[in-house]
Amino acid sequence: MEMKGIKFVLNGKSYELKIQPWRTLLEVIREDLKLTGTKEGCGQGECGSCAVIMGGKTVNSCLVPAMEADGQEIITIEGLADGEDLHPIQDAFVEHAGMQCGFCTSGMIISAKSLLDRNPDPSLEEIKEGIAGNFCRCTGYTKIVESISAAAEMMKGGK
Amino acid sequence: MEEFSIIGKRIPRVDGRAKVTGEAKYAADYDMPGMLWCKIARSPYAHAKILNIDTSRAERLRGVKGVLTGKDFKGWKWGWMPKTREEEPLATHKVRYLAEAVAAVAAVDEDTAEEATQLIQVEYEELPGVFDPEEAMKEDAPQLYDHVKNNISWDFHMDFGDVEKGFREADLVHEDRFVTGRVTHGYLEPPAAVAYYDSSGITIWAAKQSPYFVYRHLAACFGLPLNKVRVIQAFIGGGFGGTKNDSLAGDFCSVMLSKMTGKPVKFVYNMEEELMTCRRRHNMIVYNKMGMKKDGTITAMHSRVIADGGAHTAIGPLTMYLTGCMSTLPYKLPNFKHDAYRIYTNNPISAAMRGHGVTHTRFAAEIQMEMMAEELGIDPVAIRLKNAIIAPHETINKATVLSCGLSEGLKTLADTPNWKERDNKKADEGHISHGVGISGTAYLGGARQRGHQSCAAIVRLCEDGTVDYLTGATDCGQGSDTVLVQIIAEELGLMVEDVDIKRVDTAVTPCDAGSYGSRVTVLAGQAAQKAAIDVKEQLAKFAAGKWEVSPDNIVFKNRQVYVKDAPEMAMPFDKLAKIACYSGTGAVIMGKGYSEYGLEVYDFDKGLGNCGTSYSFTSQLSEVDVDIETGFVKCTDMVIAHDCGRPLNPINVEAQNQGAAVQGMGQALYEQFVMEHGETLNPNLADYKMPLSLDVPNIEVVDIITDDPNGPYGAKEASEGAIVSSPPSIVSAVHDATGIWFKEQPLTPEKIFRVLEQKKGAHE
Repeated sequence: MEMKGIKFVLNGKSYELKIQPWRTLLEVIREDLKLTGTKEGCGQGECGSCAVIMGGKTVNSCLVPAMEADGQEIITIEGLADGEDLHPIQDAFVEHAGMQCGFCTSGMIISAKSLLDRNPDPSLEEIKEGIAGNFCRCTGYTKIVESISAAAEMMKGGK
Repeated sequence: MEEFSIIGKRIPRVDGRAKVTGEAKYAADYDMPGMLWCKIARSPYAHAKILNIDTSRAERLRGVKGVLTGKDFKGWKWGWMPKTREEEPLATHKVRYLAEAVAAVAAVDEDTAEEATQLIQVEYEELPGVFDPEEAMKEDAPQLYDHVKNNISWDFHMDFGDVEKGFREADLVHEDRFVTGRVTHGYLEPPAAVAYYDSSGITIWAAKQSPYFVYRHLAACFGLPLNKVRVIQAFIGGGFGGTKNDSLAGDFCSVMLSKMTGKPVKFVYNMEEELMTCRRRHNMIVYNKMGMKKDGTITAMHSRVIADGGAHTAIGPLTMYLTGCMSTLPYKLPNFKHDAYRIYTNNPISAAMRGHGVTHTRFAAEIQMEMMAEELGIDPVAIRLKNAIIAPHETINKATVLSCGLSEGLKTLADTPNWKERDNKKADEGHISHGVGISGTAYLGGARQRGHQSCAAIVRLCEDGTVDYLTGATDCGQGSDTVLVQIIAEELGLMVEDVDIKRVDTAVTPCDAGSYGSRVTVLAGQAAQKAAIDVKEQLAKFAAGKWEVSPDNIVFKNRQVYVKDAPEMAMPFDKLAKIACYSGTGAVIMGKGYSEYGLEVYDFDKGLGNCGTSYSFTSQLSEVDVDIETGFVKCTDMVIAHDCGRPLNPINVEAQNQGAAVQGMGQALYEQFVMEHGETLNPNLADYKMPLSLDVPNIEVVDIITDDPNGPYGAKEASEGAIVSSPPSIVSAVHDATGIWFKEQPLTPEKIFRVLEQKKGAHE
């Protein structure tokens, strides 16, 4: 089968890969780049566990053909912390119990980042809308919303 | 009350950092050199004889390294009890539910494995199926197992006091039929494992909520001693009592395929496989009869439960037990009869789920009690306070309750503006009708199954003053690792960061019954406390020797060790650790302990005795907006007054209550598998409606402190109570809004709309 070449920048690093053209971005991230922080929950674009930011927008990477990532800039959960320093959203999730089993957490934090990039001062309702594409079965969402709200506050301080 | 340093504090989770950075590895994240992929071939029939399986085409496919059928397991079966061992890793002669596993393949990659499963040719003779438990009980119904008449997978009966006398003494007797829905656990991580078989035995990195179940199953299946089975715990993406609390085809097949090929073998179920074939909650029909005096006193109850068990028994006997033994709580019940039937059908297998067994019968009894109170003109709070037990209390089936915060919880709810001002919100809001409902429920903590019950702990002191902690108890998301570390830190006067909890590994960690029935904090917690005290006592001797005082006077606090009432005799904890480890020829300090509360083993056949170590009580208020034009219900607010004895980590207790209440809300309002002849028509998260962020109400959690003597620092259950209290409080709120008692979950817009239309029609 013919392999296709793609290039993209992921978490600030350039990649040049040869892939089978039917593979998804999620498969390439997890299997080729070995970045397993991005999860596969439903594989049908419903649960949001596989969310990454591509070209400034949140996408469900299980639905994105990897070929579409060609020339794009991508951020995964592994790209948020700055060395040992967590991103304020990550800090807030730890501090405010924004996660339990942790399986939805990567996608949830990615959606939160995408929201706060667009809207640094969201209302609670806007936060809920911002994560409406992410299922969480453990928390009942309350502490996730609180975490994102706290992160927005922290980030206003310039952190 | 003694002042704690770590217990009772809002300590962030010890696994928080690993989870927010994506570093935490779940079973599907493991990858090994030379690893093969396992896929399962499944039956297209819900009930059929297997006449022949031809695997030759699959074997010839390039990249295929091994193919298995049921025969490779040589007739081995597993089950929850010796007499219910009926489930095969792969069906050999008969399939009993749609998509039951019949063969498995290992191949060099996932796509090849998938392709190979489609080349396996199975010849079936389709049999008539039965999909409704009440139909399946009839004489002429198709039988799933030749030796089981009327498809009774399990039955359980209780008879205490004299119900007939109780009904005669009652002023009002009600008989109603209640139905609970077909719901799923809904964890986002589908089952997965990587297995490796070599001369040292089995090693499996698996997504298991209770890893010591699969440890025993694999040993039995492969004829290995237990010390040759190593289950290594990955991070777990949620469990809630389902398939990860048992074994499944993928576990056995990946191990067998590794044995055949000499390679590591991985499987990951997809979400459709999870939702179509994995364990789900029993859906039940509860025929409930209750007697009540004019003043609201309950005189008797008789429940007849019919549960759709699906194709195999699994943990069903315990489910049936819990539907009855917990019915004598939280209200005084002098006469009680219970007849529970778990029925085989050609549906997927029903098993445990958060709120196990209790949620069904409590829903029925709670709603019926309130319906009767309404008829007698008794207020919802008053009827509950009238009947609420007060600790200490012994139920008629000899469950002993040593602490109970139910009345305090109900009074707390009655005192909220949500309740006191509930009639004000009834003002005309167009097509939205507002309602408020309450419930008062009980749940067990420290569940005690038959046989092995205990949890254990090993605490190892490192010479630099840090501590390693080994437990067999699994944190599948509920936060128990954090609470257990808090306990060790509290006892040794250390900080949470000084204690490292190791991941469960059956080759290393002490055996544990499992993470179900809200047992971890209560039982593993007590074990942790004992092991830490053991270390403390060993260390205290070294300190006492140095200062020439009694070891009893040595205090451990804030990383310091000092003599009580003589604080000038003090040293840092790490210094004492060095003194101990390097004194003389040196000491190696290890503490150990296991849980033991001295409760008698209960009588599983009669429903007599304590199925839990302690009992929690949850009072819940829910508010709803019902759109009377569409029937859609939006739950707007919840107040949960939960008696967990004492919250050891309040933020975690809040989080557990919120999560459980929302899961209960999903069950009450939206969620259900749509079934047709054994086929799950909505095996995906788009059509199976779990709550999303926008569906969630404002939730306030109030801790009712009761300090149970049978729990570490007074703690009881905190993870399941609110999934029991949530549905009745919501159903009660919908009644308040519409004047209609719905007895069948879920309360979908369609159901509500139809009844409202009928009601309107009747008025016109």
